Amino acid sequence: MDLEYGQEYEAFRQEVRSFLDNNKLKVKGRAPSELTRQQYNDWLELQIEHGYWARTIPKQYGGYGAEPDLMHTVIMDEEFNRAGVMRGSPSQGPSMLVPTLLEHGTEEQKQRWIGPTMRGEVRWCQGYSEPGSGSDLASLQTSAREDGDDFLINGQKIWTSTADRSDMIFVLVRTEPEAPKHSGISYILLDMKTEGLEVQPLRTMSGDIGENSFNQVFFKDVRVPQSSVVGHRGEGWKIANTTLKHERNSLSSNAEGTLFRLMRLMEKETINGVSAMANPVYRDRLMKLQARVLAMKHHAMRLLTCSLKQENPGVAGLVTKLQNCQLGFDMASLAIDVMGELGALYDHTKYERDKGFWQAHSFFSLGLIIGGGTAQIQKNIISERGLGLPREPKPAKA
Amino acid sequence: MDFGLSEDQIMLDETLRSFLADQVSIERIRSLREESCPNHRDIWKELAELGATGILVPEEHGGSELSLLDAAVVAWTLGHAVTPSPFLGSSILATVALRDLSHKAIPGWLGGIASGETVFGVAATELFSKREEAGIRIEGGTLHGKAMMALDACNADFILVGVDPQTLAVVRRDADGVEVERLRTTDATRCTSEIILKDTAPEAVFENVGPTVQRMLEAGRITLAAETLGACEAMIEQAVAYAKERKQFNRVIGSFQAVKHMCSEMIADLEPARSLLWYAAHSFNAIPDETPLMSCHALAHASEIGREIASVATQVHGGIGWTDDQNLHFWFKRIGVARHLLGGPEFLRDRAAELQGLAKAS
Repeated sequence: MDLEYGQEYEAFRQEVRSFLDNNKLKVKGRAPSELTRQQYNDWLELQIEHGYWARTIPKQYGGYGAEPDLMHTVIMDEEFNRAGVMRGSPSQGPSMLVPTLLEHGTEEQKQRWIGPTMRGEVRWCQGYSEPGSGSDLASLQTSAREDGDDFLINGQKIWTSTADRSDMIFVLVRTEPEAPKHSGISYILLDMKTEGLEVQPLRTMSGDIGENSFNQVFFKDVRVPQSSVVGHRGEGWKIANTTLKHERNSLSSNAEGTLFRLMRLMEKETINGVSAMANPVYRDRLMKLQARVLAMKHHAMRLLTCSLKQENPGVAGLVTKLQNCQLGFDMASLAIDVMGELGALYDHTKYERDKGFWQAHSFFSLGLIIGGGTAQIQKNIISERGLGLPREPKPAKA
Repeated sequence: MDFGLSEDQIMLDETLRSFLADQVSIERIRSLREESCPNHRDIWKELAELGATGILVPEEHGGSELSLLDAAVVAWTLGHAVTPSPFLGSSILATVALRDLSHKAIPGWLGGIASGETVFGVAATELFSKREEAGIRIEGGTLHGKAMMALDACNADFILVGVDPQTLAVVRRDADGVEVERLRTTDATRCTSEIILKDTAPEAVFENVGPTVQRMLEAGRITLAAETLGACEAMIEQAVAYAKERKQFNRVIGSFQAVKHMCSEMIADLEPARSLLWYAAHSFNAIPDETPLMSCHALAHASEIGREIASVATQVHGGIGWTDDQNLHFWFKRIGVARHLLGGPEFLRDRAAELQGLAKAS
């Protein structure tokens, strides 16, 4: 056990810190949506120039071209978090499409898309889920029928975050209807302005049509050249799994930050003139949550060590998403309970605490428990891949 | 940056697991149920030969002078095998206290713990929880009163007595005026007892040793958390193995999602708790300022998930898990009783809040 980062990394940390001291005033605490598009893209470009974004992406594709070093990523994340500044862009292009193109794209696709995506010039959404294909994603029915050198796409996608603001979509479609379900799928890149493509916002339980918006995307005879396929036809499932792996990695949490915020709320909030923190029932619940937050914090350090040593963490590496999403929901629940009658307030009503953060966080956490692989699918994965329990037998064909 | 067990610690873990599997089988433990005290000296001697008993004892006294993380590795394996032993009393609580006090302590005590010749019981409950008018006082140089749920005292040679949060004393087990009566719990693998002292002359009294008393309790809590999690791991292993082999409705029950999800929930609780335990144990030697809080959280959290895992792992077994023959109850009870030693979860969380200035000290 050695929790020191070492001199070389502490020097890197200082470098990041002074970069942030010099530049953060322009962006501090702002959500990407509060900056103009140009300000946002300039900020991304400045980070790429210093190697704090697109760090390991090769120079010829518009990245900084550094050797991969997980410790650098950890330190950058820690310092940007501490400064309350966003690092790079959390959207699906950089986090999911770019790693997929680096692994499976043609030279031309890499040249054309990676740089503009990392700089925020091209914004992407992900077209995977369908109304009839959620946990059983491979059963998807949106079809791409060959028509000369093109495909004609027909069908519907759902849960498409940011589709209303995206320039492009990476979408899974069925190109080989006769093939078994996993081998008939292709991964296609498509312009959102293509004729026949329609976006409809999907109002969620949080009522948001903004930062965390969802949409449905409808395809009616949408024409796309066959050269838009990533990898080979029929390999889309395999390629999508690369992308999903990146999604799970990107679902990291800032549970400790949320816990501190909850503690401050409990100290400030009073009931009959007494602070919520002085209430032993609330305080006990808070301490239970703190133990779980500390467990997940140190669990992340353990998994990081496994990554650094290129060791397989085994079943320990499969439990993070399940635990962190539930923990987020449970922290929001305590905050809402502590606020009592006023915990119900929403929609920027008078007396709302923390600008309505906690109700929004509750809805958002519940969404995370379901999204990116439901808790139940996570438990299947843990038991099958982690504990070696058998898969549910397939029902006999009728 | 290296958060995990060292190669030596992994080897220690493997050595002890294989020793306990071969030498301290559940059948042997079953046979100890009938004895007046389960802390059999033979097992203790064998553990001493492996270097487990003196793991925290300084080298100058014949111990291996390792860290509390190493001790937690040992405790994990003892919990995993539900081994009865005075490891918590002698090798952790008494050793941590005597190590701090060694210039004053009688030479030979620490050496005896390391060699396995000497066993210390510890009466610590009244340092944080007094019931049934318990409590030890010093009057005219001798000890009087009663201590409840003392650890590992029945078969001990000496008893370390927590008089108050500033004062410790040592008495001989066979000194005049010492009565030790086993208080049987549901757990047949742990020695707990009532100690009555009547005008007992102490071997030593240590006054104004508040920090030592706290360090002793912190080490004990972390060790107990390790035992509980080790026992949890064993219960999960047994539940998963059973789910792979037991058939109902023409399928192994482990292929039903209801059963799979029970297993997943158990392991999803255990693994992060293991990480928290490692950090708490590491902090004891490397970041002692954090140990008071981490030791409370590590044990409270282990006790909470432990109760759930003990219940769910038994349920995976169905009716057979509820029988005496299946032996699963040894782990269930080890986990259940550990919850009540050195502070229950509610007490520990209250203390955790107090340590952070979130609750007024009561």
